Amino acid sequence: MTPAIEVRRVHKRFGALHALDGVDLEIDTGEFFALLGPNGAGKTTLINIIAGLTLASSGSVRVMGHDVMADYREARRILGVVPQELVFDPFFTVRETLVFQSGYYGLKKNGDWIDEIIHHLDLADKANTNMRSLSGGMKRRVLVAQALVHKPPVVVLDEPTAGVDVEMRQGLWHFVKQLNRNGHTIVLTTHYLEEAEALCNRVAMLKKGRIVALDSIRNLIHGLSGSLVRLRLSPDTLPTALQPLVSSCEEGYYILAIREYAQLEMVMMALRVAQTQVLDLQVMQQGLEEVFVKITGSTESPRSIAASA
Amino acid sequence: MTGFLTLLHKELLRFWKVGFQTIFAPVLSSLLYLLIFSHALSEHVHAYPGVTYTVFLIPGLVIMAMLQNAFANSSSSLIQSTVSGNHIFMLLSPLSYQEIFTAYVLASVVRGLVVGLGIYVVTLGFFELPLYSFAWVFAFALIGTALLGALGIIAGIWAEKFEQLAALQNFIILPLTFLSGVFYTIHSLPPFWQGLSHLNPFFYVIDGFRYGFFRTSDVSPYLSLGILAACFLAIAWWTLRILKTGYKIRK
Repeated sequence: MTPAIEVRRVHKRFGALHALDGVDLEIDTGEFFALLGPNGAGKTTLINIIAGLTLASSGSVRVMGHDVMADYREARRILGVVPQELVFDPFFTVRETLVFQSGYYGLKKNGDWIDEIIHHLDLADKANTNMRSLSGGMKRRVLVAQALVHKPPVVVLDEPTAGVDVEMRQGLWHFVKQLNRNGHTIVLTTHYLEEAEALCNRVAMLKKGRIVALDSIRNLIHGLSGSLVRLRLSPDTLPTALQPLVSSCEEGYYILAIREYAQLEMVMMALRVAQTQVLDLQVMQQGLEEVFVKITGSTESPRSIAASA
Repeated sequence: MTGFLTLLHKELLRFWKVGFQTIFAPVLSSLLYLLIFSHALSEHVHAYPGVTYTVFLIPGLVIMAMLQNAFANSSSSLIQSTVSGNHIFMLLSPLSYQEIFTAYVLASVVRGLVVGLGIYVVTLGFFELPLYSFAWVFAFALIGTALLGALGIIAGIWAEKFEQLAALQNFIILPLTFLSGVFYTIHSLPPFWQGLSHLNPFFYVIDGFRYGFFRTSDVSPYLSLGILAACFLAIAWWTLRILKTGYKIRK
């Protein structure tokens, strides 16, 4: 089967900056795929090259088998892109914006579908409002509507939930999940790792223009193996035997990393021998965030960057 | 065709929605020019025999406003979209670069024609202006506005800031139109400046346009049309190349 998106040895240089350093990537039809990486890793550059907004220095990109350069009209018809920046044309209303956008794709009588996406994205009250008067969240929804106006089989969302409130974020993901169920391939970049973990089948992690991990989320987390045990003790001292297991400490809690549950037995034994009482105990699976930190070597996870931004 | 027609429609609607500024204002300022210059100069300047200075001035002012507005239309539309970033909606779509070129040039032509017609109609209420050949008038209006519309595309893409565009307008477009014989016939100039005027493409637009009204011109209208057609082809080729290679807009 033809992959939805096929990226082959793509390099991109902006002057001295090597923004993409030989990226190879294949995304299958129907996948829910995430591109993760710290700021400046090259996620948006890669998406822009797929969308034809940026030209690669070398390498090739195909969308459903159509080269984004040689066969750009077909490739662009297949793609729907939600850009990261909140851009809009201040001359027009929401409906005008959508009618023009569908016209660009050669669609003349698209009113029914436009009504449907306006309804799904909760824009009905604002359909005849000028774009200038919309709130940020509303503008974001119009961007999503614009990307879907030509019913593209492949939808690319570049940080669609950055700066969006929780309620709207959930509404948006509900909508995107539904699109995926209806057969659309979804590619997104996000700063919120728990979103990628909850939604996506596969992720690619980018670092300094290279793909440093590319796998299903299950495999990535499994590859990290083991769990974390969070302990609160009385007295508040960890027996010497357990010191090598310490992964971190926080506010009276010790966090130990264990490879398998059987090790828990050993931990309990050591505590009993030391006559230490367990006040609280939690066993946690390692998540995508730990994988991310481990693989990209970034001390700051994207989530905390987003939170501080 | 739908994609192209949509872009054209959008571009027309864009200036139509702010018509007070894009149509009414240039019509008004041209009428002010006419009022002031005809009052100040009609005693001193003699252009064509049997034609009063005021009447001589009208076609020049009409075509000058048309050229300036054709340039302003494509250039300001493009710079507004590139600065605000909303040009990506056009770039993400399957619109070809030829369609983008044609839509922007045609929108410029229409804006130029609307402004020109506005000035012409208003002046008709006050002055009696002969019209020798509508075909010549229309041909020069069309080629002139198309040429400036294409130049406006290049300028709108090249300029990264509004100041750069304003500089182009104030230091290139405005002097070239003013020095092209709008206010005088170049036969009244010393030979050196006459020769220099022949290097200004805007001179041929104005001279040919005026020929359509008075059946008199400084050079043959066929020659003017030929030179302008060649200029348009060269600029169109350049503009299409810029759009095709994605210069500045697809980095």
